[in-house]
Amino acid sequence: MNIDRRLFQLLKEEKSPFLLSVISGSMASVMLIVQAYYLSRIINAAFIDKWSMNRLMPFLALFALFSILRMLFSWVSHVKANSGSGIIREKLFSRFTSRVADLGPLYSRSVQSGRLSNTMLKGIEALDAYYSSYIPQIFFALFTPVLIVCAIFTDDWISGIILLLSAPLIPFFMIVIGKRASAVTEKQWKTMSRMSGHFLDMLQGLPTLKLFAQSRRQRKSIEETGENFRKATMKVLKIAFLSSLTLELVGTIGTAVIAVSIGMRMMAGQLSFRQALFVLVLTPDFYLPLRQLGTKFHAGMEGVSASREIFDVLDHGASLSAAAKDCIEESAAAGQSIVFSGISYTYPAGSHPAIDAVSLTLPAGKTTALVGPSGAGKSTLINLLLRFLEPSNGSITISGKAVDRIALEAWHRQISWVPQHPYLFNATLRENIMIARRDASATELESALEKTGLAGFISSLPDGLETVIGEQGARLSGGEAQRVALARAFLKNAPILVLDEPTSHTDPELEAGLRCSMQSLMNGRTTVIIAHRLETIRDADQILVVSGGKITQSGTHDELVRTDGFYRDSLYLQKEAAI
Amino acid sequence: MKTFLRLTAVVRPYYLWMGLAALIGFATTGSGIGLLVTSGYIIAKAALLPPPGALQLGILGVRFFGIARGVLRYAERLISHNTTFRILAGLRLWFYDAIEPLAPARLLYYKSADLLQRVVDDIQSLENIYTRVLAPPVTALLVSALMWFLLGVYSLQAALLVMLFHLLAGIGIPLLTMKLGRGIQSSIMDIKTNQQVLALDLLQGIGELQVYGQLPEHLAVMQENEKEMLGLQRRNAVLDGMHESLTGFIMNAAVIAVLSALVSSIPGSGSGGIFFTVITLAVMASFEPFLPLPASLKNLEADTHAGERLFEILDARPETTPPVKPLPFPANHVIRMVNLNFTYPRSPLKTLDNISFTVEPGQHIAIVGPSGAGKSTITSLLMRFWNTREGQLTIGGHDIGLFDQENLRRHIALVSQKTYLFAETIRENLLLANPEANDDELKKALADAGLGHFTPKLDEWTGQHGMKLSGGERQRIAIARVLLQNAPVMILDEATANLDSITEKEVTATLAAVSSGKTLVAITHRLKSMEQFDSIIVIDKGKIAEQGRHDELMRNNGTYRRMWELQHSGKDS
Repeated sequence: MNIDRRLFQLLKEEKSPFLLSVISGSMASVMLIVQAYYLSRIINAAFIDKWSMNRLMPFLALFALFSILRMLFSWVSHVKANSGSGIIREKLFSRFTSRVADLGPLYSRSVQSGRLSNTMLKGIEALDAYYSSYIPQIFFALFTPVLIVCAIFTDDWISGIILLLSAPLIPFFMIVIGKRASAVTEKQWKTMSRMSGHFLDMLQGLPTLKLFAQSRRQRKSIEETGENFRKATMKVLKIAFLSSLTLELVGTIGTAVIAVSIGMRMMAGQLSFRQALFVLVLTPDFYLPLRQLGTKFHAGMEGVSASREIFDVLDHGASLSAAAKDCIEESAAAGQSIVFSGISYTYPAGSHPAIDAVSLTLPAGKTTALVGPSGAGKSTLINLLLRFLEPSNGSITISGKAVDRIALEAWHRQISWVPQHPYLFNATLRENIMIARRDASATELESALEKTGLAGFISSLPDGLETVIGEQGARLSGGEAQRVALARAFLKNAPILVLDEPTSHTDPELEAGLRCSMQSLMNGRTTVIIAHRLETIRDADQILVVSGGKITQSGTHDELVRTDGFYRDSLYLQKEAAI
Repeated sequence: MKTFLRLTAVVRPYYLWMGLAALIGFATTGSGIGLLVTSGYIIAKAALLPPPGALQLGILGVRFFGIARGVLRYAERLISHNTTFRILAGLRLWFYDAIEPLAPARLLYYKSADLLQRVVDDIQSLENIYTRVLAPPVTALLVSALMWFLLGVYSLQAALLVMLFHLLAGIGIPLLTMKLGRGIQSSIMDIKTNQQVLALDLLQGIGELQVYGQLPEHLAVMQENEKEMLGLQRRNAVLDGMHESLTGFIMNAAVIAVLSALVSSIPGSGSGGIFFTVITLAVMASFEPFLPLPASLKNLEADTHAGERLFEILDARPETTPPVKPLPFPANHVIRMVNLNFTYPRSPLKTLDNISFTVEPGQHIAIVGPSGAGKSTITSLLMRFWNTREGQLTIGGHDIGLFDQENLRRHIALVSQKTYLFAETIRENLLLANPEANDDELKKALADAGLGHFTPKLDEWTGQHGMKLSGGERQRIAIARVLLQNAPVMILDEATANLDSITEKEVTATLAAVSSGKTLVAITHRLKSMEQFDSIIVIDKGKIAEQGRHDELMRNNGTYRRMWELQHSGKDS
């Protein structure tokens, strides 16, 4: 659908502030004409009729009164347009964030996060100029000139005709030039996003650049990007400003023509001084809203370009099964096996399936380990179980019920997840752990810390549990972050447990210490675990070897050790490497 | 104020451009006034029914000013925008130059995407310092000064009156608006910063938020923030509208005042009336440059705020500075630490405590110990990300501070646990290590690092932070970089920690091949193939616990043996 139409659709949902704005603005235009009338009468009376100050007073007072009224009306108009735009932005923001939420972690990860947050925060803000200035201005550009021409017609129809003849030139030029400008503006918005992404990348990678003694050299790349941006933008602006030049010229030359024409007719006695002055004072105000439309069009265009990225996200994966959201079936996962039947998954850009017709069973309360070379599809299987991905084919069921029929939130309530790179929020350690269960008691929290070996680490911090971590605070090592994630899992106490390399960043000493408590975590829960270190999983009830998107082998440690294949090979390798 | 002055100093190279833009801006507004004034002159003169031809001067005037205004306006906008973009590019470079020596030691707390994104935004908002902050007051001042002068020639009284109203519009109302809106702009910026953090938490932590059922709440907080910001922006709009309307009102008040003052001065003759008309119109037009002043003030507040935050980062002193006369990297690069102590700022504990050891050229040593023992700090010191404070760190017998940092890093290759990949092509990411390498060399390095299947993909984009690559692939890219760098000293800081055992074995073999004949420092907590090292240094809690060859340490029955047994228990089935 046409972008302008979509943006206008949003406007239609919030009509009233814009209507008020437009009505007040129109009243301000009426006041403007009345003011011009009184001004021309006052000057005429003083200049031609030689009135004294006393006789002029009432007119001056009326002039003042109308200027106050005009001030108030234009103020209201400004404020209302802004609040209308605010309401739309608030709505759009909410729709955008919930769409991002629905798209899930794999989408966010696939897009440069700087770009996505740029669209979320700045793209929506860029729409402000569109709604608060450009849209009302379209109305004023039509209404005010018509009103003024009508007023001028009552005094001097020839000037009215001149104005009417010059006016259509303005929209004509605007359409001709504006079309090209809008395409270029859009390109420019993209360049700008990219440029700020590039600069950000450079700053983040600065330590790496320094490692390779390249940091001075990259200066040139920043300089070039900036220079390219300037050139690209100036190219846009040369065109964009050409339209305002034309508008400006139509306005100023129109004024000049009218001044000369009324001067001539006054000499011929066809026009009085008062009429001439009235026309002259109003003429610039006839062109002003049209000229302003040119400037505001440019500002509005930026919003339109930004909105394309907003709508891209809003439309992305519109096919996501919304059905599951309505479904509020609670399901008790405890004691239920999970069955994958004929599951396939192909990544959007992938040429062949990452998971190819896999069928497997995760027995209730038992531990299933996934092993296999990197890129074999282990993480994809976990993402499917977590429902971060939807299978292209096949279904996942629990006690015969398809999991995609269960509300996503209800499904997630059943799962504890320890990812390989856990994300730590910009909050205190306590909040980062308690996110798993807000109402956990102090004893439960303490026991989780104890079991994950975090207690000692936390007591070494000056602020203890209140230490702010994440991007803005202290940074935790990979192993510590994983232990935070484990502590979350302990607190959550859910029947299904998903462990994706839970101890890959932990040293063996600590891991040995954790093994016992991890065992207690896995006990009685339906567990899926990925681990490179095979000693972590030798006690698993079932070991599945994943390779090339298929399950190539399955069995217990003892069974697999006796069979040729990946498991025995890597076990042998690890042992060999160790000895 | 101080921040503002520092900011103006940063944009000093662009003063010439700004001056030019300001002059053209002044001429543009002047032409607008000229157009209205000459038009007024035509009709006032015509009202007196002069002989034909008397309007010639006026007609010439309106034509001239009419065209001049349009063309000048176009030129002004082009030049001022051009200036803006020059300033933006300049600010980026200025910031990069200033921050480059600070990385990474001083940026420990600014390493994240969010904080840097904030920096990028702050710089972006400063680009407008000319067009939106500096230019409007200058134009308004020039136009009103011209007006006072022209009016003063005719009537001192009128000139003083107009001056009064100009001051009211140019200083009085802006001060009022500023007083009423104080802090709104900084609150908006603070909320935006906060929103940036929340957006980052959302975009990168969305999995956790979903699984822990915190997503609705997180979204609600963001929505609340957005609402608060919109509320503040609405208050801003109210003030803006007020300022704009009041300026219009003051213009009308000025017209009334000037009219009243000049009425009595219209004598019987015509010229008094002509002036009366012309001056009234001129006064009306002279208020046009006052309209952008409110925005200018608001931007001043925002820019100062942005400037403060940038200076806060940049005012840190760099941790390491290059020596005046750097030594060349010595051929005999024996690395020696003597009684080295190191404590991070803001940390109560010593990270390294009295460390002494020697690495002869060509020697392969391992530094092992539990995580948090201080192993990686040794890397940071060797790469000169941090200065040594107590004790000595020498290379070839010279203090490490005597070498140029860049030269030093060119000779010491590092593969660390976390590899940063730029959002560029594979090729760009590899060329970093050796800008002169040709495609064949790049492909060979990829193949040797175990990424043979990447050789046709040199031009493929690696995605945000290289997220399109698996952890193992990222490490192998890092190894390919090291191969390209071809430095005499190699440091492996947990380089294979994230690889599966098969890949690990392959990569370890590659590394062994590459490092033969080179000096190697391997930092690890996984005790594998330890026999290959000439010496193993065991670090625990910042101290050297033990040192020796694998078999010696095993015989010692100390920390090392305990670690080794723990890692190799239960493997014999």
